[in-house]
Amino acid sequence: MKYLLMIYMNDETWAGLSTRERDAVMAGHDEFQRLTRESGELLDTHALGGPSTAAVVRVRDGEPVVTDGPFVETKEYLAGYYLMDCESRERALELAAMIPDSRHNATEVWPVMFSAGVDV
Amino acid sequence: MSTEVEGLLRELAPQVLAALVRRHGQFDACEDAVQEALLAAATQWPVEGVPDNPRAWLVTVGSRRLADLWRSDSARRRREEAVFAAEVEDVEVSARDDTLTLLFLCCHPALTPASQVALTVRAVGGLTTAQVARAFLVPEATMAQRISRSKAKIKAAGGRFSAPPVGAERVERLRAVLHVLYLIFNEGYTATAGEQLVRGELTGEAVRLTRAVRELLPADGEVAGLLALMLLTEARGAARSRPDGSLVPLAEQDRSLWDAAGIAEGVKLVSEALSTTQLGPYQVQAAIAAVHAEAPSAAETDWAEIAGLYALLAQMAPNPMVTLNHAVAVAMVRGPEAGLAMLAELEGDDRVSEHHRVAAVRAHLLEMAGDVVGAKEAYLAAARLTLSMPEQRYLLGKAADLA
Repeated sequence: MKYLLMIYMNDETWAGLSTRERDAVMAGHDEFQRLTRESGELLDTHALGGPSTAAVVRVRDGEPVVTDGPFVETKEYLAGYYLMDCESRERALELAAMIPDSRHNATEVWPVMFSAGVDV
Repeated sequence: MSTEVEGLLRELAPQVLAALVRRHGQFDACEDAVQEALLAAATQWPVEGVPDNPRAWLVTVGSRRLADLWRSDSARRRREEAVFAAEVEDVEVSARDDTLTLLFLCCHPALTPASQVALTVRAVGGLTTAQVARAFLVPEATMAQRISRSKAKIKAAGGRFSAPPVGAERVERLRAVLHVLYLIFNEGYTATAGEQLVRGELTGEAVRLTRAVRELLPADGEVAGLLALMLLTEARGAARSRPDGSLVPLAEQDRSLWDAAGIAEGVKLVSEALSTTQLGPYQVQAAIAAVHAEAPSAAETDWAEIAGLYALLAQMAPNPMVTLNHAVAVAMVRGPEAGLAMLAELEGDDRVSEHHRVAAVRAHLLEMAGDVVGAKEAYLAAARLTLSMPEQRYLLGKAADLA
């Protein structure tokens, strides 16, 4: 069963960490990827640009309207995600707890209902 | 690849693997070598023809691959010489016990069910890693990693290719094997319509492997029961979804689309098992499927018989899904209120209180009882909980039909 582990970031929290803590988060991701690649659970992972790099597209009367910034202005935003293939929901939650950001912010766990792509 | 070659390779895979393991030990390395030998055969045989002794051909190629593998490892140089010294004769050992030995090994308790399934399909079923990956909708590299990790786990746990266990351990391990075969079947059967093409081969694979186990253990009622359950379930396959992929519930299925030959074989198997062997849960589930299969129309279903069989199953192997199906049968016999009363037992069960099937069954029974508002609410709740697109479509449709 595939699960999307969505890492939520809060700029204030992130800026409030010491350099060492931030480095530990980064190193933690390397280790987490190594472990889940070895276990055959990691499908892919992407980190996203910050909210100020995002844009919102709406199509009205057939015309696209583009506005800068995220869809909803919130303190927490999606910073990146891991797509995992896990034995169970329990295992997905266990993996989410291993993501270093979960110690400072939060990780959302969503089951995947449908997949398509070149590799599946 | 021709289906003839493919069928032959699937059949030979466990025999070749067993021959290599017997000669060289090292289940994990041999399993990789067999994969490569099968891939070589799959590309060469359709072009050059099938060799006179295909099994010996595969054993030879597999042994060479092992030697290649070990050549890179100088400490094993002597081993490699031993490989070449070993004359590749076609030892006609009993291929029967080998298949069972391999199944027992692949269903080692050190592995999770999902790993047991993947390894069984590849090592015993002879599917390539690419096929296994496609069937389980993950990238090939992910599946390859999962399989090699599974083999490493078996090795670390001291699992070896030796005579199948005896006594209580054997009973326990056979139960695990049957469960894995059941999971393989289910994985293929519950695939959504869009995925049917690639995953459908899993149901065929599960039936083929279960037939093989049945040949080895003809007196085992649960093996017969599982095979009957698969055949009876598969027989309804053509009627369970429309061309657009939407689901057709059992009561609305066009029974002329059911496969009569599959039903006949399944009914015969389960009837014989019930009257000659020790009773078990797979036989009871197959018996329930047989009662459905033998009803000329949904209206003529013998629900009293089905309710009795579910009561028996609930005693033998109680679980929330059995309670759920039992409630439906009870509702059909004694009315929806009786079924809803049974469902109430599941309300406090954390394992399923949030399960979409509980809400879907409740919706169905409320609809039977004439509670339109309650039924609509329950259908919508079930639609919110399900992770299956066709099922969600069906549930939303049911809710919309209730004005």
